[in-house]
Amino acid sequence: MAKQYEFPSKGLPYLLVLPQMVIVFMFFFWPSAQAIWQSFFLQDPFGGRVIFVGFENYTKLFGDPDYWASFRVSVLFALAITVSSMSISLFLAIQTNKKIRFDSFYKTMMIWPYAVATMVAGVLWLFMFNPNVGIIAWLLKYKMGVDWNHLLKADQAFLLLTIASSWKQIAYNFVFFLAGLQGVPLPLVEAAAMDGAGPVKRFWRIIFPMLSPTTFYLLVMNLVYGFFETFPIVHQVTAGGPGKATQILVYKVWRDGVINLDLGGSSAQSVILMIMVIGLTVVQFRFIERKVTY
Amino acid sequence: MIEQRKSARAFPHIILWLAILIILFPIYFVFVASTRTSAEILSAPMPIYPGTHLIENYGRALSEGAKNLGASAMTMMKNSFIMAMGIAVGKITISLLAAFAIVFFNFPGRKFCFWAIFITLMLPVEVRIMPTYKVISDLGMLNSYTGLILPMIVSATAVFLFRQFFMAVPREIAEASQIDGASSMQFFRSILVPMTRTPIAAMFVIQFIYGWNQYLWPLLITTKQEYYTLLIGINRMLSGADVVIEWQIVMATVLLALIPPVIVVVVMQKQFIAGMTDTEK
Repeated sequence: MAKQYEFPSKGLPYLLVLPQMVIVFMFFFWPSAQAIWQSFFLQDPFGGRVIFVGFENYTKLFGDPDYWASFRVSVLFALAITVSSMSISLFLAIQTNKKIRFDSFYKTMMIWPYAVATMVAGVLWLFMFNPNVGIIAWLLKYKMGVDWNHLLKADQAFLLLTIASSWKQIAYNFVFFLAGLQGVPLPLVEAAAMDGAGPVKRFWRIIFPMLSPTTFYLLVMNLVYGFFETFPIVHQVTAGGPGKATQILVYKVWRDGVINLDLGGSSAQSVILMIMVIGLTVVQFRFIERKVTY
Repeated sequence: MIEQRKSARAFPHIILWLAILIILFPIYFVFVASTRTSAEILSAPMPIYPGTHLIENYGRALSEGAKNLGASAMTMMKNSFIMAMGIAVGKITISLLAAFAIVFFNFPGRKFCFWAIFITLMLPVEVRIMPTYKVISDLGMLNSYTGLILPMIVSATAVFLFRQFFMAVPREIAEASQIDGASSMQFFRSILVPMTRTPIAAMFVIQFIYGWNQYLWPLLITTKQEYYTLLIGINRMLSGADVVIEWQIVMATVLLALIPPVIVVVVMQKQFIAGMTDTEK
């Protein structure tokens, strides 16, 4: 590559990156370092004594059945959201991409929930399923004989969280799947059709493999969403309950830190979450480099 | 051509309409609730068509809010708007500056800055709640707009998007502006930024929505009613321990929280889709 022209200036570029760097350090590196540091200490909540305890916060965490329960429900939750919202979005994107009339109208109608806050999505569905006033809870109870009370039943709480979280996430996946589908060259699909491949075969043999970079990207993004970004829904809809049945990891960090004031334990959890995020990001970048298949 | 049977042609329309109905289902009932009285909602099942208290409910929500809240939706909308604008404008500004430095200047530490920003992509606020809270509280920024906005304006994605765009700008333009005697900042202001308006618009849509919909951060740092955002207000209205929930006011507030970002996405759909698929991939 030829030498690119660059502005001659000594101080200016530093001044230009300064605001970004100051904020990065104040609100990312410093707090992250603090989290790591605090995870090795035991602190009494009222700010009094601080004792170095090494890895005790971690070993305590790994020995805590609550933590493993939280881990388990987080994984299940993230998987439930990922599978349901991705498959529904893909199906809807395929229908929209069939060169039908009104497709731009349909597109708009699928996309707008992206703008709805995660927390608001939780409230919308909470209102539908509220055991006292919810229309769906009422239908379930009086028309279908299902006694709906997500405040008491763990599996119903989990289902409600999954519905609300997936409802919101469909828009995001839809945007990417539709963009991906529009990138599949039509002649290829038509050639397969002429060779006698039916719609199902065409999809699995040609379209789906060509979508694999999109699918993989979305897989990671949906897991990240399910793991980390669903805090507002859990906080609003179930508060981790009933009991601790829907206490996902990010909710537990918040509860242990903010409510129970267990700084050491909460920090150790933060560090583990950071490692998980970094892991997911690295996996994603390695795969994007390899472009998955084809 | 691909074969098309008559029945096959109707199929996508039926499916998509079904999906639209399911997507709109909760919105419709929330709207109905926002037009009814508390008693009507509590007499489950609530009637399934809108009532006559629309103006009354929205008026009350906007002017005073629910009884147990002490903040009006008007104030909260203002706060949500300030937060969203502050985050969107702040992110775009500092990211443009940083990307400009990284692309158009060669300085020791350039790589380091790039990676330092890049790595923030990996750390959502959820995983470093307590220490970030402590920084803001040490700075005396609890219950302030600065505290609401500042920690949220770092954006690896914005820096990347602008960097990518800047790298495609022909350097001859920069060189020519120098020869004509313009300073690098003049080039930035009057040539580069105007050229970048499409990605800026895309970023604005995404970041405005991101800012408007922030929840965990304001939940932590706003304890005074005058700094509640809409989402925090909704949470407080629903979690007041010993009061009857005024569903009609809550639902009016929910729609007020939902409509502005939806309008932004629908109106700026093209920029929004471009922004999503360009930055995040």
